Amino acid sequence: MSDLNTNMIEKYRNSFLNEVEANVEEGEWVKMCMQCGVCSGSCPLGNAWDHPPQELFMMIRAGKREEVLSSDSMWMCTSCYNCIVRCPREVPITHIMHGLAHYAKRLGMQPKEQPTAKFAQLFWDNLMKKGRVNELKLGVDLYFKVGEGMKTAMKNKDIGMAMWKAKRMNPMEFFGGHAVKDLGGLQKAIKKAEELEAARLEKHKA
Amino acid sequence: MATREYSFYPGCSSQKGASSSNYLVSVETMCEELDIKLNTIPDWNCCSASIGYAGGGELPRLTLSARNIALSEEHNPDQEIVATCAACWLATKEAAERLHDDPDMLADANTALAEASLKLTNQTPIKHMAEVLVEDFGFDAIAAKVKKPLEGLKIAGYVGCQTNRPFGIAGESFENPKYLDKIVDALGADSVPDYEKKVQCCGGALAFSEPEKSQEMIKGILESAYDHGADMIVTPCPVCQMNVEVYQGQINETHGTKFDMPVLYYSQLMSVAFGRSAKDAALNGQVVKAKQLEEIAGK
Repeated sequence: MSDLNTNMIEKYRNSFLNEVEANVEEGEWVKMCMQCGVCSGSCPLGNAWDHPPQELFMMIRAGKREEVLSSDSMWMCTSCYNCIVRCPREVPITHIMHGLAHYAKRLGMQPKEQPTAKFAQLFWDNLMKKGRVNELKLGVDLYFKVGEGMKTAMKNKDIGMAMWKAKRMNPMEFFGGHAVKDLGGLQKAIKKAEELEAARLEKHKA
Repeated sequence: MATREYSFYPGCSSQKGASSSNYLVSVETMCEELDIKLNTIPDWNCCSASIGYAGGGELPRLTLSARNIALSEEHNPDQEIVATCAACWLATKEAAERLHDDPDMLADANTALAEASLKLTNQTPIKHMAEVLVEDFGFDAIAAKVKKPLEGLKIAGYVGCQTNRPFGIAGESFENPKYLDKIVDALGADSVPDYEKKVQCCGGALAFSEPEKSQEMIKGILESAYDHGADMIVTPCPVCQMNVEVYQGQINETHGTKFDMPVLYYSQLMSVAFGRSAKDAALNGQVVKAKQLEEIAGK
């Protein structure tokens, strides 16, 4: 094909699809969706999505940038991988949902009170502090930063007590807890990975 | 048979005082009986499971797993990596696969790892403990170890999601995996082959952020086990175990049900069947006590 032709085709290609292909994890697969709907029918929380995966893929191709990235939908993914194993085109749907969620968060476009968006960020911040998850602090954050504070804490107090009695929750974790020894090395490696990723995204700036 | 050695990735929830510490205790007991030596990857880190994606982009998350694999290659060379947690296994295996398929991403991950003086060659197979049991040992070898058959117990095998999809156990179907039932049978208990919720999602991490939606699903998992007359549920996944066990009280309050169903790890069943004590099987780590199993262990 001549350069002129290629240029003309590029001109007519939808820019949001380009953006997703360049910037979203496994985004290059979006164009492979054939709109069969098996993913939507296979999703355990399918009834909770405003736009099930199949619809999100069509919306991306239709250029509905704002609607897709500010959607609550991809935050409903439980990572059960039903959609992936059933998709006849082998589209890595779960990963694209995670990728869309991350990209929306990165651009600050996620719904601000979305509980999973908040929890997923708290989980990452928690593990980056010591290199391992501190379940006790994560639980406290869950109650007070995602839930309704004391009300949520009280609602779950029996579970906390039962876990403590079973030695599956340790209140002392609040004062430190498990950690990797080479925390400095781990944090430097992740910081470098973040820089490399940011540089890659900068090339295809939205 | 000679001792089998693996490079072991235990994961955050298995640590002392954490939510699946009972899993690790029973895995250690099970491995003693099967003559398996688990060499823990020194200074392993969290894999970010399947919920770190809000803050963690693709490369930072891959780098977390790459560090664990690199540490394993350095300290436990030529040993397959084994994880007991479904999410640990999935994240690590997924990272190895992605970095294998994408040389640019591998180069970037290694640039990042160089900051911690590590290098990934990415040649190490990554297995779930269930694969070790099924493929490296087999059901007959497991049955041969049984000293106290779990006779009279009906146990619903709840495989869940991430031990089953997208990788699963070779030769098993995604929709109706049978290996867990075969383990239950090998231990002398009765499996529930037509347990229709065996691969139903429990909500995973969304059990914490979307409790109502997740508890609807957990209710179905429990209800179906009761409908089949099961005495208990067995699972290979820490999140499945916790979600299906500890929210029964809240589900009872919301829905007026009377659930009181023990949820065990396969390693706990095996520890008891192999003749070990309730303590070695970490039955004291149950929130819903497994009394029938305690009785067999006490015989």
